[in-house]
Amino acid sequence: MKAAAFDYIRPDTLEAVLEALDRVGDEGRIIAGGQTLVPMMAMRLVKAELLIDINHIQTLAGIQTSNESLSIRACTRQAEAAASEKIINKLPLLAKALEHVGHTQTRNRGTVGGSIANADPSAEIPIVARCLDAKIVALRKDGERQICAGDFFYSAMDTALEDTECLTEVRFPIWSEEVVGSGFHEVSIRNSDYALVAVAAQLATDFGGKCTRAAVAVGGCAPAAVKIDAVEKALVGKPLSDAALDEACGLIMEALDPDTDVHATAEYRKRVAGRITRRVLEEARAEVYEARNE
Amino acid sequence: MSEQYLKKINVTVNGMSQVAQIPPRMTLLDFLRDELDLTGSHAGCEHGVCGACSVIHDGAPVRSCLMYAVQADGCEVTTVEGLSEADGTLSILQDCFCETHAMQCGYCTPGMLIAGHSLLQENPSPSEMQIVEAIGGNICRCTGYRQIIEAIALAASRLKEAS
Repeated sequence: MKAAAFDYIRPDTLEAVLEALDRVGDEGRIIAGGQTLVPMMAMRLVKAELLIDINHIQTLAGIQTSNESLSIRACTRQAEAAASEKIINKLPLLAKALEHVGHTQTRNRGTVGGSIANADPSAEIPIVARCLDAKIVALRKDGERQICAGDFFYSAMDTALEDTECLTEVRFPIWSEEVVGSGFHEVSIRNSDYALVAVAAQLATDFGGKCTRAAVAVGGCAPAAVKIDAVEKALVGKPLSDAALDEACGLIMEALDPDTDVHATAEYRKRVAGRITRRVLEEARAEVYEARNE
Repeated sequence: MSEQYLKKINVTVNGMSQVAQIPPRMTLLDFLRDELDLTGSHAGCEHGVCGACSVIHDGAPVRSCLMYAVQADGCEVTTVEGLSEADGTLSILQDCFCETHAMQCGYCTPGMLIAGHSLLQENPSPSEMQIVEAIGGNICRCTGYRQIIEAIALAASRLKEAS
């Protein structure tokens, strides 16, 4: 399996990248970590006349935090993100998800931005982006726009990103509530492979233990990660009782309509989604209780 | 090979500077094997699943089939050939692979060695779970992994004795 011929440039500045994208349009592709793009090109599922390598643009790497959000620049390696104290402290849900991303060899190369831009239906980072309503920053020659994760992921490998745009940053909101807990879990065939089903959840309560905010997103059960808004409605305003969690899991299973494929039947995926949701909600609840007692 | 596009690269492979003209679509794996005759890195799946092509790129283990050689311009690469001494004396880890019978057909072995070597560089006393995690991206269809895990654990204890 060898890729078809293409030309290659390695610009030093973001301006040069945007210039090149503007010039070649849909004949160009950005390459960062290449952990999705290179196999796709080898299998000739993707063809490009020009690859624009953004690995050497200094301003495209790094993690910044403010009180409201944590921003990850597009070329930040998954391995670096997984080891980031900022992410572990400020955005534990993402830290938990990153533990499941790829293998050592792919995490050393693969980037956070690439995982979002390539939008594999069961990739972990897009599920967290969807769960927390992250903002995806896309830059093109004549301007910048921010796309809400809910509007960004269209389908498998299909996003709102246009041919002339470069994804530069992903901004994850940090919840301002005092008491926040989260959970992430997935079931996959081989440890660290793409998940059959993955679920991310984050909960907030007041000091009395009443749920004030809830977010759950599921991957692997649709062409893109889905956020189940009904869960928020079911949980908010109530204490996080077992009955409330059961109701939330029921809603998840009702909302999902997965496909059957060679790896798992639709029925299996749905059942697993219900079980994992229960587990991550319990994990998030345990964290909330712990935080309240501190 | 008649190629429309050619790029000049300079990559340091196992400590030696290598200058070449290559087409951008050539993977780092094909460059190592076909241009430099370093056939230790194996082409298993060529799409990033099996790990047999693993090399160390600027200090970190990566899959050489998931990088184009042109991207390695200016970088340092260590292949499985670079793990042994210049005279061919095997490394402690390589010796341990022989001792514990950590290979049968040998196809996965270079990738397993790179994964094990990288782990021990970073963590001289890994737990069994950490070893399992480190080789999690490498497929072996012969050994059942048991002896490979043993080999890496044995190398860890030998390296500790040696230091």
